[in-house]
Amino acid sequence: MPIHTPPKHWLGERVGPEERVWLVLAALFTLVFLSAFMGLWHMTGRQTTHGEAYRVDPNAFRERVMEFAERYRVGELNGIPVAAPPPGDVYLMAQTFTWYPVLKLKKGETYRLRVASVDVPHGFSLYPHEWSIQLYPGYEWVYAFIPTKAGEYALVCNDYCGLAHHAMVGRILVEE
Amino acid sequence: MAIALERTCPATGLRLFSAAETLVKWNAVAAVVFLLLGLLWVIPSTLNRVLGPETISPNLYYQATFLHGWNMLIFWVLFFEVALLYFAASAILKTPLAWPRLAWGGFWLMLAGALLINYLGMTQPASFLPFTPYVPLKAPPLFYLAILLFAVGAILAVLVFFATLYGAWKARTYGASMPLAAFGALTAAILAVTTLLSGAIAFIPAFFWSLGVIPELNALWWRHTFWGFGHGAQQVNLAAMVTAWYLLALFTVGGTTPSERLSRIAFFLYLLGINLGSAHHLLTEPTGALSSAWTWVNTGYLIHVAVLGSLIHAFSVPAALERGLRLKGFTQGLFGWLLRAPWSNPGFSALVLSVVLFGFLGGTSGVTMGSYDANLKAHNTLMVVGHFKGTVVAGMTLAFMGLTYYLLPLLFRRRLVLPGLAKVQPWLFGLGMALLSLAMLRLGVVYGMPRRFGDTFTFGGSALAFSYPPEVTFLLALMGIGGTLALLGGLAFVLVAVGTLLAGRPLSDEGIRTAYQVKPEEGEVRPRGVYALALAFLVFFLVYYLYNHWFLSQAWFIGRP
Repeated sequence: MPIHTPPKHWLGERVGPEERVWLVLAALFTLVFLSAFMGLWHMTGRQTTHGEAYRVDPNAFRERVMEFAERYRVGELNGIPVAAPPPGDVYLMAQTFTWYPVLKLKKGETYRLRVASVDVPHGFSLYPHEWSIQLYPGYEWVYAFIPTKAGEYALVCNDYCGLAHHAMVGRILVEE
Repeated sequence: MAIALERTCPATGLRLFSAAETLVKWNAVAAVVFLLLGLLWVIPSTLNRVLGPETISPNLYYQATFLHGWNMLIFWVLFFEVALLYFAASAILKTPLAWPRLAWGGFWLMLAGALLINYLGMTQPASFLPFTPYVPLKAPPLFYLAILLFAVGAILAVLVFFATLYGAWKARTYGASMPLAAFGALTAAILAVTTLLSGAIAFIPAFFWSLGVIPELNALWWRHTFWGFGHGAQQVNLAAMVTAWYLLALFTVGGTTPSERLSRIAFFLYLLGINLGSAHHLLTEPTGALSSAWTWVNTGYLIHVAVLGSLIHAFSVPAALERGLRLKGFTQGLFGWLLRAPWSNPGFSALVLSVVLFGFLGGTSGVTMGSYDANLKAHNTLMVVGHFKGTVVAGMTLAFMGLTYYLLPLLFRRRLVLPGLAKVQPWLFGLGMALLSLAMLRLGVVYGMPRRFGDTFTFGGSALAFSYPPEVTFLLALMGIGGTLALLGGLAFVLVAVGTLLAGRPLSDEGIRTAYQVKPEEGEVRPRGVYALALAFLVFFLVYYLYNHWFLSQAWFIGRP
């Protein structure tokens, strides 16, 4: 008995009735249900990661963001311009340790979020919590989205970006 | 330390070869030392998260989280796993360890790497990349070198394992088929190879980049490759934990798997599917960067093949317990065996808590947040931390603790000191960790509270700071209470383990035989109790998964709005 050698004809042993049922249920749950549900959600859901991606030069992206913020500027919040663009493209830049600019949007309208980091990885997340997106330097993501609730949202960086990572807070304002 | 070249264990009938036994002991001791360091460094981390930056500064939080992460997730885990590999290869397969000098070389390399990381973490603020050093965040070259030293040491240990296995296979020391525990260890070792290769592919260029030899690394590529190592390591842990479960079922109640065939198929499914799981670290990247098909195949079908493996073990391991106990005569009703189980044996309570908490907290949350779009709610929030507290801590660490309660008397031949403390230790640790994990899961998914974040109270005094709602205070308190209980449980474990090594009374062969006799129970028994419990678990899993998707459906529209 060296820590239990398997019984002699273990390869030919019958699996007990309870375990056979379990095996069928477990296979149905994982291979059929989980995989199908995931695929169906991705094809039909209203919250998915369908979007575009571009390689982008950080400086070129920064210039586009500046131009965007200037064109739709309606005010300023703590030294950061507030941009109120019409439905369509909205730009957002992540740079240690700020989000630029502050976005002012309308509930129920469709926007295309063009977001990129210009230095190190950052994480886009909102409070109140809607969703989180990972950002990398050198890549621009384009995500279509509709803010379905109004309110003042804080933008929180949730991917460690340096010793003042926790001070990287921005704003998205959504009006009725 | 044993003097004879080999001896026969009086409790298990295993032949213990002295070179292997000494290596198992040294690796296990190193593991416990790093566990203690990891436990101490979690104190500032938790205080910062629960009480705020006035108690513990964000800088100290980042430093402590770095040291906690490396000591726990890498050093404690890997030293223990190397001990487990040597034990499985040599003792279970009844063969002397191959290349003991190489094994010692591996040990010293791993130790050097681990000590260097600790030294850097304590002295150089520039290396505070809390566990995940995503490029282009840069650490000094020594940091990457330390990781490489450690990884090379671990590769040597895996080589020794394979060489020993080959020797045993050639000499047919173990009969026709290898025991299940050795099969599980083999699975872990194979997964370790792909894991360590990914680590090398990520960290060798990072080392040269840090030196300035390579000008630039692609951040997206690097994160993906890093997780081939980072999550691959967790799959090694998974296979090692399940191996520890089967061993503990046998040690504690003589339980054997109801189906050798299915248990082995389940381990094989891990090999097929699980390493591709690292793709689920790239779920919030748009389909323009990583196609739907690529993501769906990797995080859908392939990972679910591995999940099926886990569900098979989720039946087999508890069924092994039920079989052992029923065959011992506890046959009353559906759950009579469970009520009359040896709950005061810390090996047994650690095993049961580990299985239950891993399943309900770690496994279900992992599958759910790894589900393609559901990840939008979980990515980089405390939910991720709640998940892995359920898997590697409440699951794997608790299982390893349970196994240590057998390692001490059987290998070190010492009677446990403080048996009363040992009895409550798994409960303190397991239930504390369960509270902590539950609180983190909810803080993450509902409030989006970020992980690895040094100040969720004042945001470093930022003018755009905001406050989390009052409900969060309750969850943070729960985190603090759970964390404290788990910390006490962890320290109690270290106290019992180290106390036994230093002051435990020696056990005679006769003493070991009477107290720890391992006797596998075999016979026809239908695990009806476990069947009922498993069905209930599947219903819970389904409800939890659907609930999380309902919750996702309430969020702002994104993607194809």
